Amino acid sequence: MRRLAFPALLWSALALTLVFLALPLVAIFVDVPPGELLSSLDDPAATDALRLSLETSALALALIVLVGTPAAWVLATRRFPGRAVLVTLVELPLVVPPAVAGIGLLAALGPQGIAGGLLQDAGITLVLQTSGVVVALAFVASPFYVRQAIAAFESVDPRLLEASRTLGAGEARTLLRIAIPVARPALAAGAALAWGRALGEFGATLMFAGSFRGITQTAPLAIYERFASDFPAALALSAVLVALSGAVLLTARLAGRTGTDAAR
Amino acid sequence: MLRAELTHALRDVRLDVALAVADGETVALAGASGAGKTTVLRAIAGLVRPDAGCVTCGDAVWLDRGGGVDLAPEARRCGVLFQDYALFGHLRTWQNVAYGLRDVRRSQRRAAAIALLARFGAEGLADARPGALSGGERQRVALARALATRPRVLLLDEPLSALDPATRAAAARELAAVLADGGVPAIVVTHDYVEAATLGDRVAVLDGGRIVQDAPPAQLAAAPASAFVADFTGASVLAGTARAGAGGLTEVALAGGGMLLSTDRATGPVHAIVRPWEVGLEAAGGEPPGAAASARTRLDARVTAVTPLGNRVRVGLAVPEPLTADVTLAAADGLALAPGARVAVVLKATATRLVGPAD
Repeated sequence: MRRLAFPALLWSALALTLVFLALPLVAIFVDVPPGELLSSLDDPAATDALRLSLETSALALALIVLVGTPAAWVLATRRFPGRAVLVTLVELPLVVPPAVAGIGLLAALGPQGIAGGLLQDAGITLVLQTSGVVVALAFVASPFYVRQAIAAFESVDPRLLEASRTLGAGEARTLLRIAIPVARPALAAGAALAWGRALGEFGATLMFAGSFRGITQTAPLAIYERFASDFPAALALSAVLVALSGAVLLTARLAGRTGTDAAR
Repeated sequence: MLRAELTHALRDVRLDVALAVADGETVALAGASGAGKTTVLRAIAGLVRPDAGCVTCGDAVWLDRGGGVDLAPEARRCGVLFQDYALFGHLRTWQNVAYGLRDVRRSQRRAAAIALLARFGAEGLADARPGALSGGERQRVALARALATRPRVLLLDEPLSALDPATRAAAARELAAVLADGGVPAIVVTHDYVEAATLGDRVAVLDGGRIVQDAPPAQLAAAPASAFVADFTGASVLAGTARAGAGGLTEVALAGGGMLLSTDRATGPVHAIVRPWEVGLEAAGGEPPGAAASARTRLDARVTAVTPLGNRVRVGLAVPEPLTADVTLAAADGLALAPGARVAVVLKATATRLVGPAD
């Protein structure tokens, strides 16, 4: 009897976790009749918001991967004074409240921000623009990818990298042909998390880019707008967003999975 | 000609090594694990930057810490066989080999890679993934890959240690053939004397961070420079104190009790070195000390282990210091050798080497 007590405890904890995490998501779908789910997609405001969410989050993810991958490589392969500080700095947006992120972005890149003049001279306006949404999403979501990418590169067998070098490949070729393919499953998982976080971003986007339909109103902002006036519509849009996020997560997982399977 | 002079602080010892390897020559770099063998190899390949030193290959200077030269590994063209082979698991076998074939046109790389694999009888594995290969197959692929860059130096780190004993002998023969017709300097790191003697034209023994002896394998066995080298070659080492004895011989009072004779001259603390095949065994008691025995040593011993090795028997003895003897099957039967049995060990004074103790 006593031998079973602890496993029972473990399983109950798992059950409780699953129920707690899944219940709100399940409730969204239970509350929305399938017909309403489809008709909510007829609302041009809703489809605009979804399209904008997909576009801006994809663009933000592309930026994060393009810049974050080499940055993570540097942090994973070099040892230098102040490295720990840099890693912490990279992770900081994880713990910063989204509202603070929005204020920070305004203070940095807004018209009166410290880099605002520079941007203005270059003819770039971010605030209240779609490009501002991309910046807000990239800021909030990048730690999810970069953190994972550092860990992924650190866990690549250093012998493989050394073998590549002795075979005449420089660092660039070693990164592209060996490190990235070997780390691909973990990189894909990191990208999925970052994308998911970007899709759900609310606070920073609202404060930095505002909520203008078709320009800066992403799906979470559109849901919030409907929340006060039209709860069923908010619910329907939420359901679509959940399905979309789930699909993104699954796709990235599978993209990483085929990588490992092929390697075996 | 490869020349390397390196000093580097390791965790336990300070590495201070000078090595010169001629074209077509193979030097086995031997020593206990942790002695720094692999570090020497990595410093030559450019994978670790030594505290001081220089590495030259022919006219090319690869490393000169004083002169500020430190070529990247990709600029040195070393063919490295890593201990666990370090094959790229996400690439097919032929792609692993083709990775180093950058001066071959892209359209011809597959054919060139397969041709290299064929040198090792591994062309049939071209489309396999490294994860699906056996240890011996991996070694062949890794060798083909290491040779793909047409390296100017071959560096092999414990090339046979990942193989099971059955594959090892065949792999050693293949490897020896590759090294023989490679025409470039080669260094093989190993902790095994037989492997070192099989593959090396010379064996350099690393102990305490220094190369204590650098000589052909036969000379290493015949005249070990230190007790460590003797132990490495499989000889037994007995500690004792030497003084001049009768008839120009040296008498050594063994630390474990008993006395032996050697024709080598020495005084003070020494290590007596005895090779297993030069140890004779007789029934205990037996012949009393006499004139005929004056140039031989007789020690009482207890048998601790009996291991048949083909047509001979390896006998572990305690005199009480450990001593190994190789005797014929017939001799083993005649003496009824078994653990616990008492026998007499007979050592010829002419076959007993004396070296100074390790510092």
